[in-house]
Amino acid sequence: MTSDGPTPRRAVILGARSAIAQAVALRLAQQGWDLVLAARNNATLEPVAADLGLRTEQGVQLLEFDALDLDAHAELADRIRACAGEFHLAVCVFGHMGEAEAERLDTNQMVRTLTTNFTAAAVCLAHLANDFEARGEGGIIGIGSVAGDRGRQSNYPYGAAKAGLATFLQGLRNRLAPAGIHVLTVKPGFVDTPMTRGKQGMFLVAPPERVARDIVTAWEKSRDVLYTPWFWRWLLLVIRLVPERLFKRLKL
Amino acid sequence: MVTAPTPLDNHTPPLPVKEIVYGWGRHPRLAAEVHLPRDLEALRAAVQGHGGATIPRGAGRSYGDAAVAERVICGKSLTHLLAFDSDTGRLHAQGGVTLDEVIRFALPRGWFLPVTPGTKFPTLAGCLAADVHGKNHHRVGSLSAFVEHLELVLADGDLVVCSRKQHPELFWATLGGMGLTGVIYAVRLQLQPVRSAFLHNVSIRTSDLSESCRVLCDTQHEYPYSVAWIDTLRRRGRGRGQVMLGTHAEDDRLQPLHRPPRLTAPTLPLNVVLRPGLSLFNMINYRRQLRRRTTTTVHYDPYFYPLDAIDNWNRLYGPRGFLQFQFAVPFAGGEALMAAVLDRTDAAAPCALAVLKTFGDHPTGPLGFPLPGFTLALDFPRTTAIEAAVRDATDDVIAAGGRVYLAKDSVITRDQFDAMYPRLDEFRRLRQQVDPQSRFRSLQSDRLGLS
Repeated sequence: MTSDGPTPRRAVILGARSAIAQAVALRLAQQGWDLVLAARNNATLEPVAADLGLRTEQGVQLLEFDALDLDAHAELADRIRACAGEFHLAVCVFGHMGEAEAERLDTNQMVRTLTTNFTAAAVCLAHLANDFEARGEGGIIGIGSVAGDRGRQSNYPYGAAKAGLATFLQGLRNRLAPAGIHVLTVKPGFVDTPMTRGKQGMFLVAPPERVARDIVTAWEKSRDVLYTPWFWRWLLLVIRLVPERLFKRLKL
Repeated sequence: MVTAPTPLDNHTPPLPVKEIVYGWGRHPRLAAEVHLPRDLEALRAAVQGHGGATIPRGAGRSYGDAAVAERVICGKSLTHLLAFDSDTGRLHAQGGVTLDEVIRFALPRGWFLPVTPGTKFPTLAGCLAADVHGKNHHRVGSLSAFVEHLELVLADGDLVVCSRKQHPELFWATLGGMGLTGVIYAVRLQLQPVRSAFLHNVSIRTSDLSESCRVLCDTQHEYPYSVAWIDTLRRRGRGRGQVMLGTHAEDDRLQPLHRPPRLTAPTLPLNVVLRPGLSLFNMINYRRQLRRRTTTTVHYDPYFYPLDAIDNWNRLYGPRGFLQFQFAVPFAGGEALMAAVLDRTDAAAPCALAVLKTFGDHPTGPLGFPLPGFTLALDFPRTTAIEAAVRDATDDVIAAGGRVYLAKDSVITRDQFDAMYPRLDEFRRLRQQVDPQSRFRSLQSDRLGLS
């Protein structure tokens, strides 16, 4: 087969319902990527897919995907190929932020936070990493959180799961580097999304478009760890430097 | 088998958030439960949810209390383009898409809004609910004229497609219905073909209200766009100004500007829009044009949306906000009525901006605002005196056979409203059918006895 233009590159967005995911999808499509939007109940994402296709004239496919269906992740790569063709980038965006109060009292709530943010993401990316490694091409973007850099009373289950994911991605990066497969860990600060809407104690809130722009730029520059917006890197540096003896008494 | 938690229901909408909501005039204000649905299912759930008076809201660009209620269903997240045919210029889009987004999408493809108000920030659904008009109403009518169909979520959560053929009563009542018939989820709109992002503008200087009216009337069949800026602060020569007449250029420059507003007005502790400053501004603006008639080529952004250059300009009016009074009045006796209104209001507050244009004769819904004649829009810093003067002026407008624009209103009384909109019963009957329990209500509809 011959083709005049560059070979289409295809990115899979896992958890395409989130506001960050949709902003990243738009940004990627504007840079010439075709897209597979994977989410549960994907029919409700038809307007999102139509919009991305119209604005960017890139190919956009929808894929039914349940992050919590851990047993299905082994076949995920094949399902993506069957749905849309070969893919070259996996962006894992799904996450869940519970209510701290509810998590303390309800096992199911706690498990949901831990599983969605860590176990499901790790299992899913492990399988995709195997696929990329076997092919010798591909890349992974995983979304951690600044909440994973230090445990705080207000959302430590979420933070712990995101910290676990960040460590997982770090190891994955180390493992895949010889194969030329890049792994980017993103640590967003507070982002203005439905997940965080109405939550208390938010400050320096960034729009999802800003975060998406940073993510895609960092990917193009092959950065390893991205704090977005940039100032969170320095803010977190300071927060990490506070001695635990003092930190445990703070209300952050 | 791996243990996993029970899945969350995707359609559980995020919790509504309490916010203070108000219109573009920044008054009145109300603590409201704000719903922000991101898809049709969430929108239907929000409409059916329990609670008090509910009103759809777009970008919050109506001036008064039309989009203020205890429960607000905000369309800001329903911003997806659904389909576009680049041969016919038909755009199918969700209601929360703003005019700015439509232009940025369509202009490079050779299409433009068929009608646009003086700001690009409102949503499509908001524009249709307010039946907005533009500088070309005398030629083509309001934006409603270009709607092929509406997808409306009714009070019971049902999605209904309505058009001129399908549920025509509901279709017409919704265009200008101020959100009281349901939530406009999506719309199919016919765009107009253009060959440039620029417009040729002819500006004609006028020496008083009478000449402004005459020039507007004499030129309206020659140019698709016409509007007059007038100076209302002078006792002698009140109503002098510039009549601006526009046509789309044809130079094949189709790139929209991606320039965000360079200036943002800060929140101020007091009103800084005062008579001396306004008089000076008006004088400079008037004298800037040296010849009686000048011709320029202007990009659509400064041409249609000069005020959008300053973000949040409504904050300049301070904590009490501002009030816009816009009315339409038949040509016969229209000029005398406008002169009387200007005298009356000028005694109460200085008018910061006065815009005069003509309306043509086009079909409207039962709550449609335009009628063949003149329309005058006046901005004032909000005071008790100007509220009273506007109410008195409204009586003058009624006596002259005119009406006040609901998208701008926050002060008229129920009796005045009843006297101005002759097809009100038609609207009430339809509302009785589609929303018998009066789920959709706003501060405005309560004040005007519409709900």
